[in-house]
Amino acid sequence: MPDDRPTTLLAELTHRCPLHCPYCSNPIELMRAEAELTTEEWKRVFSEARSLGVLQLGLSGGEPLLRKDLEDMAAHARSVGLYSTLVTSGLGLTRARAERLKEIGLEHIQISIQDSDPEVAERIAGVRSVRHKQAAAQLVRELGFAFTVNVVLHRANLDRIEQIIDLAANLGADRVELANTQYYGWGLRNRSALQPTRAQVERSREVAERAIQRYRGRMQITYVLPDYYEAFPKACYGGWGKLYLVIAPNGHVLPCHGATQITGLSFDNIRDHSLDWIWRESEAFTLFRGDSWMKEPCRSCPRKAVDFGGCRCQAFALTGDAANTDPVCTLTPLRQIVDQALEEPALSDYQYRYPSEAPLPV
Amino acid sequence: MAPDSRVLTADSRPKLWRLARLDFDPVRQRPVLLYPEGAVLLNDTGAAILELCDGARSVADIVTILNERYHADVEADVTEYLDQMAQRELIRAG
Repeated sequence: MPDDRPTTLLAELTHRCPLHCPYCSNPIELMRAEAELTTEEWKRVFSEARSLGVLQLGLSGGEPLLRKDLEDMAAHARSVGLYSTLVTSGLGLTRARAERLKEIGLEHIQISIQDSDPEVAERIAGVRSVRHKQAAAQLVRELGFAFTVNVVLHRANLDRIEQIIDLAANLGADRVELANTQYYGWGLRNRSALQPTRAQVERSREVAERAIQRYRGRMQITYVLPDYYEAFPKACYGGWGKLYLVIAPNGHVLPCHGATQITGLSFDNIRDHSLDWIWRESEAFTLFRGDSWMKEPCRSCPRKAVDFGGCRCQAFALTGDAANTDPVCTLTPLRQIVDQALEEPALSDYQYRYPSEAPLPV
Repeated sequence: MAPDSRVLTADSRPKLWRLARLDFDPVRQRPVLLYPEGAVLLNDTGAAILELCDGARSVADIVTILNERYHADVEADVTEYLDQMAQRELIRAG
């Protein structure tokens, strides 16, 4: 969009979750329920977001259904004109709640699937979940929501990508999003257990390309390759502070969900400032906006308009400096860090370190 | 094999993708097409074309209506726009 307004807000309503996936995108230090914004605070934020230009709202978590006031908040989001997606594990989506969400105008539900093999799926999720997800998917179809299945791919499930796509189709998905694990936070801690081999990646790419053709017109498939195997970094959310914002359960506003791991970066809270001010003026949003912060080789590189130097969180996680070029980029000597990681001896599968069952205090 | 829903002919009866919804964005003062994980800002002409994609009117019908409305021959522009939207799968040939 050709303006300086955000289009998308991801609202992390809670960090609480019945699942404990080893690639969880929530930070290592999860926030407690007591720190979460209230219903009224979230509603005010949704109004402010719409006035700022946000069109798409992700109601996410953790597991957003653990918020008993979810329906109230979703109704408000719809009333101010946001297109909302519920991003859920499916656990806790009862018929009564699904019907209520339909009634108040929620449009899109995204359910995560861990694997097509139920035993592996539950080992990854750390909890019995497969039947709940099937039941939730059935409800979503029956009630006529737009329905996306999303899957995080890694070494233990990548070889079943075809079965996973077929499972999504059998569940009645309109769309399936297949994304390889990103190595920040929990994913980085578990990288040696999650990282696929090059052969797995090559094969999965071919399978996905064939499936995209096969399902065209019936189910939309998006496949995000693991960036460690790419020559250039991903254009993270269209550039820092350009289109996207995330609000953490306690009201901190982040340029992306990984930004909390950049130590030294401070985040403003919607309890203290307007969303408009935070978007336009706050340190967290202005620090890496545009290209004046860039070092070489990005600064003089024509690709800076394509990928914006890649991911700041990945640059920080792997090099200790968020202003460095994303080390995925083969135009920087920092690339050797990624190449070394690709050579790491793989741990045997399932030696994962899980997000703690009891959220830590912040 | 089923015909490719991304390819339109004059007889096709295009319909908005089931998951897409036309709306007006009062912040940007522009019509907008919303769908899962995406949004396209439209101009007034684009919105006028998409509003006619109801799965009942053919491409030829849509061109006739818009020719009359704009008192001009808009066939080339309209079909080009519809082709683009069909390639992006935001409308489907019916």
